[in-house]
Amino acid sequence: MNLAFRDIRHKLGRFILTCLGLSLLLGVVVTMAGIYRGQTADALALSRAIQADIWVVQGDTNGPFAEASRIPGDTREMVARMGGVTAAGSLTFQTVQVKQGSRRLRVQIIGFEPGRPGEPANLIAGRDIHRSHFEVIADRQAGVGLGEKLTMGRNVYTVVGLTEGNVTLSGDSVLYMTLLDAQQLQFDVTPAEGRREVSRGALRVNTNIVNAVVARVSAGFDVQEVAETVRRWKHLSVLTEAQQAEILTRTVIERASRQLGLFMSVLTLVSAVIIALIVYTLTMEKLKEIATLKLIGAPDRTIIGLIVQQALMMGVVGFGFGTTLVALAKDRFPRRIVMESGDLVGLFIVVVCVCILASAVGVRIAVRVDPAKALVG
Amino acid sequence: MSTVDVDMSPQPTAPAAALVEIRGVSKHFGEGEARVDALRDVAFRVRAGEVVGLLGPSGSGKSTLLNVIGCIVEPNEGYVALDGEVVYDHRWLRKDLRHLRLEKIGFIFQTHNLLPFLNCIDNVALVLHLARVPRSEARQRAVELLEYLQVGHRKNAMPAQLSGGEAQRVAIARALANRPRIILADEPTAALDSERAGIVMDLLHKLAVEQQAAIIAVTHDEKILGRLDRVVRLRDGKISL
Ligand SMILES: Nc1ncnc2c1ncn2[C@@H]1O[C@H](COP(=O)(O)OP(=O)(O)OP(=O)(O)O)[C@@H](O)[C@H]1O
Ligand SMILES: [Mg+2]
Repeated sequence: MNLAFRDIRHKLGRFILTCLGLSLLLGVVVTMAGIYRGQTADALALSRAIQADIWVVQGDTNGPFAEASRIPGDTREMVARMGGVTAAGSLTFQTVQVKQGSRRLRVQIIGFEPGRPGEPANLIAGRDIHRSHFEVIADRQAGVGLGEKLTMGRNVYTVVGLTEGNVTLSGDSVLYMTLLDAQQLQFDVTPAEGRREVSRGALRVNTNIVNAVVARVSAGFDVQEVAETVRRWKHLSVLTEAQQAEILTRTVIERASRQLGLFMSVLTLVSAVIIALIVYTLTMEKLKEIATLKLIGAPDRTIIGLIVQQALMMGVVGFGFGTTLVALAKDRFPRRIVMESGDLVGLFIVVVCVCILASAVGVRIAVRVDPAKALVG
Repeated sequence: MSTVDVDMSPQPTAPAAALVEIRGVSKHFGEGEARVDALRDVAFRVRAGEVVGLLGPSGSGKSTLLNVIGCIVEPNEGYVALDGEVVYDHRWLRKDLRHLRLEKIGFIFQTHNLLPFLNCIDNVALVLHLARVPRSEARQRAVELLEYLQVGHRKNAMPAQLSGGEAQRVAIARALANRPRIILADEPTAALDSERAGIVMDLLHKLAVEQQAAIIAVTHDEKILGRLDRVVRLRDGKISL
């Protein structure tokens, strides 16, 4: 006969309400972990989708995601000519606000060369870009539809395709356009002063600037060796795919994990205090029953079991509810939430430990209850 | 009273064996100005098959004496033997007092003290469960006891749904579940009308005889004096004759 369970069943409504409250709290903790994983996944998604073996960027920088990087447009031809490189493509990156009706949408524009590495991946609707101008492919998350017209700079672009999962570190959706369009757009939105200079013909500004060149290395060649060769050009830096992933993850971890980690520990602490308070109340209102149990000969084991099991049931049910809630709601959440089973198991263990610790308060009171208390009316 | 046999056959004991024996027991609460002498040099014995009433004015030490016998309150001095085993001789001689209670003592309270979250059967079966009696056997015995006490028809009810008299009988069934040799009752009839009180006292009497148990009942109720084998009167913590 399980006393903890019987007592809960006796006051089922209150137990469920308590669990619901707790589940919201634990749900937020699960969400935080999910957001953290989501940010890591987002950060890596873009670099993975590009499927480059090496990233050629401006010398002494960790570009183009973590730092600004500008290299001459002809770098791609130099890289493509190197031994072992099967294909190379130039890319530009730039953040732009797009007016969409009354809404202002912040997007990451990637300019790419059709037919070369860096083309949009994960196309889920529409088609690739066929014309060299005024066509874009947007990520689904941006919320734009196929055929929709977007005004950027001086031109109007048509959405011809939609991708999935292409977002940046900061959660912006990616908008792909041809390198030529992107360079033009970059020029259009540079400060007016610069453009005036150019129109006066005073200075010939080189518009053929890209942010990175990505390349694929043939299977027979060592990526590290190819990277070494490029490094000999002093004005360029090379990152392998693994290094790029490392930099991105580190950036996220530095930025996000401190905040999220802090929130998670505060919330876990709050949950612990709340569980402890509930356990305390439950124990206080059962003092007479506990005294009776002692009087009829129940060992401490039975009484401690009653309290600890109730705390655990609360924690486990709350965590279960919370996780289910997050799982059901996560697709409506503005940021990507990735629930990893490892994280869930870890959090579950934390919740179990918190429950056991929190029941210490109740256990302390319960073992001190005087059995004679049961005798007085 | 029904005569259903619920296996309460007397256990073999020497006829005059004292199930409860206390000598020179004193107990005071507090020190100095606040000192209250609840028991002073109390001695008495109760034999198997006896129903002894503990009478006295309020504050005379009746409950304290009962709690000393029930190993709930530790006396300051004296000697206590239960069922032939010395449990206190200036100090507790047994560490597992709760287990001792589980084995030897049944308590009946003034108010019923049933666990509100268990139904009647489980309230009774819990004691057997704690004594490691198998589940089905425990339930069966619980039902038999409830029927014996004429509350069998309420066996699945929760305590809150019972009348005072029903609850008290369920509590008595619980006190009897482990076949204790010593039954301690603190004002068992206080919450009952005189007819019900009479039934409960008859029942205790019957138990004492059938189970060869020693029953000590604290009471204020002069009406039930006739149903007691013997009366011990307390005044200011002393036995008065
Ligand atoms: N835990 C305690 N702490 C301090 N004093 C106590 C305690 N328990 C009992 N007393 C005191 O000891 C004395 C005897 O109390 P006890 O409860 O045994 O009386 P009683 O005869 O049962 O009275 P009543 O008929 O009112 O129940 C009283 O003066 C009471 O105040
Ligand atoms: Mg009393």
